[in-house]
Amino acid sequence: MRYPFWRVSVFIAAAVWPLLWLYQAWAGVLGPDPGKVLVDRLGLGALVLLLITLSFTPLLKLTGWAGWIAVRRQLGLWCFAYVVLHLSGYIAFILGFDWSQLGVELRKRPYIIVGVLGFLCLLALAITSNRYSQRRLGAGWKKLHRLAYGVLGLGLLHMLWIVRADLKEWAVYASIGALLLVLRLPPVARRIPRLIAKKTPSARKA
Amino acid sequence: MLIKVPKSSDCHESDVTPESLYLSRRNVLGAAVAGLAVSSLPRWASAEDAARYADVEAGSAPSWFAEKLPSTKWGAVTVKDEAITPFKDATHYNNFYEFGTDKGDPAANAGSLKTEPWSVVVDGEVGKPGRYALEDFMKPYQLEERIYRLRCVEAWSMVIPWIGFPISALLNVVELTSKAKFIRFETLQDPKTMPGQRSGFALIDWPYVEGLRLDEAMNPLAILAVGMYGRELPNQNGAPLRLVVPWKYGFKSIKSIVRISLVSEQPKTTWQSIAADEYGFYANVNPAVDHPRWTQARERRLPSGLFKPNVRDTQMFNGYSDEVASLYTGLDLRKNY
Repeated sequence: MRYPFWRVSVFIAAAVWPLLWLYQAWAGVLGPDPGKVLVDRLGLGALVLLLITLSFTPLLKLTGWAGWIAVRRQLGLWCFAYVVLHLSGYIAFILGFDWSQLGVELRKRPYIIVGVLGFLCLLALAITSNRYSQRRLGAGWKKLHRLAYGVLGLGLLHMLWIVRADLKEWAVYASIGALLLVLRLPPVARRIPRLIAKKTPSARKA
Repeated sequence: MLIKVPKSSDCHESDVTPESLYLSRRNVLGAAVAGLAVSSLPRWASAEDAARYADVEAGSAPSWFAEKLPSTKWGAVTVKDEAITPFKDATHYNNFYEFGTDKGDPAANAGSLKTEPWSVVVDGEVGKPGRYALEDFMKPYQLEERIYRLRCVEAWSMVIPWIGFPISALLNVVELTSKAKFIRFETLQDPKTMPGQRSGFALIDWPYVEGLRLDEAMNPLAILAVGMYGRELPNQNGAPLRLVVPWKYGFKSIKSIVRISLVSEQPKTTWQSIAADEYGFYANVNPAVDHPRWTQARERRLPSGLFKPNVRDTQMFNGYSDEVASLYTGLDLRKNY
């Protein structure tokens, strides 16, 4: 395996946050409504992880360092893991395991529907993230994994509907997301300069 | 500013230093320094009364408040068999968007709010309009402690011991004209001390505005509060003067009031202006009418632990049906949410 130290560092950096938050909730640092705080942080964490994941292709083009791509799948899976925790937290702490209410929410609330759609797309990506699926799906795999852009849109919409009075934070994430998507437009992508001249073989490009 | 009334200010100057200690302590210093600061405060009436509730941070009460507090009617309204929310939670989990949109922002940022001197404008359809210094404004009123449930539209709730007086007492003093049909309240607008008002991305058109129908305001449960937990209001809870309407969602209970107007038309309230389909003028607590984005059937009574979530059913009019349901006979509460 290439870049073992880099991979392990990324693993630890992504794993440490939910553990820290759980500890904080247990220690009472998160205030009187720790469940809600956990759900919010996990949701935002998933969005940040998705943005980081999507920044690695442009970074590869800029720097030519293959290490970006070496951890891209891992980070995508971390994003999925955060979303799973976010969803579990919502069911446990917000709905209090009231499954009939979950049915109502799924039918009636647009932001829940959008969130669940995003989750289902991520689920499809997570299931097909292994080498076997890559071989099996061939060229279709790349097309399928462009769903990540759709997930980003759904995630941002999901967040926009929750923000109620001040769009500043949302605007920051949305602009970063928009920038990352613009960098993928072929005319723009072709013009991304290589800052570091060294040529490296890139196994996969998205 | 340079000329001070000796009687009231002598006592106050000595309290200014502990106030700054109190603020820096909240942000920076640990519990040890907190203990030191509290023990170095002069012993006075409010310190004793604060001891009615556990772990209440001593503040520095304005002199008019300290003078009125001893004659407060304690426990004038209470809740049965429901625990009072810890002071720390009631003061560190707040919606007060003038100081930021996170629940912890008001506690962190509201130290900049200057509540002394404070004046309140009373205008509109009244016989005695004017601008009153808060100590004069407060003179006619007998303080009462009202322990109320507070239900936020976001589906969490608390139980808080307020200190205040019924709005009806105010309305008797200001001499309403026959045209007065609604009462409108306005929060301070001061971007210098209110960071939320400086945000260029805020959807709120400051200042924050709320209102009640006149008969709602006359209901004995509706109060203007100046204190909580046996002391004056902490800044983040809407010092020095706020509304408390326990049968309505929390956002109706406007904070840090600088203007009270009696008007003939239904006032346009802040949240109505932002999202009329989500936040109505009435905003009565109603488990049968969902918020478009979440259910109102249940609520998280705070503190709600991670492994012991304190989720309970929301009551019609937040449990105050007996007192207020008659205000709304014949009104379709689904349409008038």
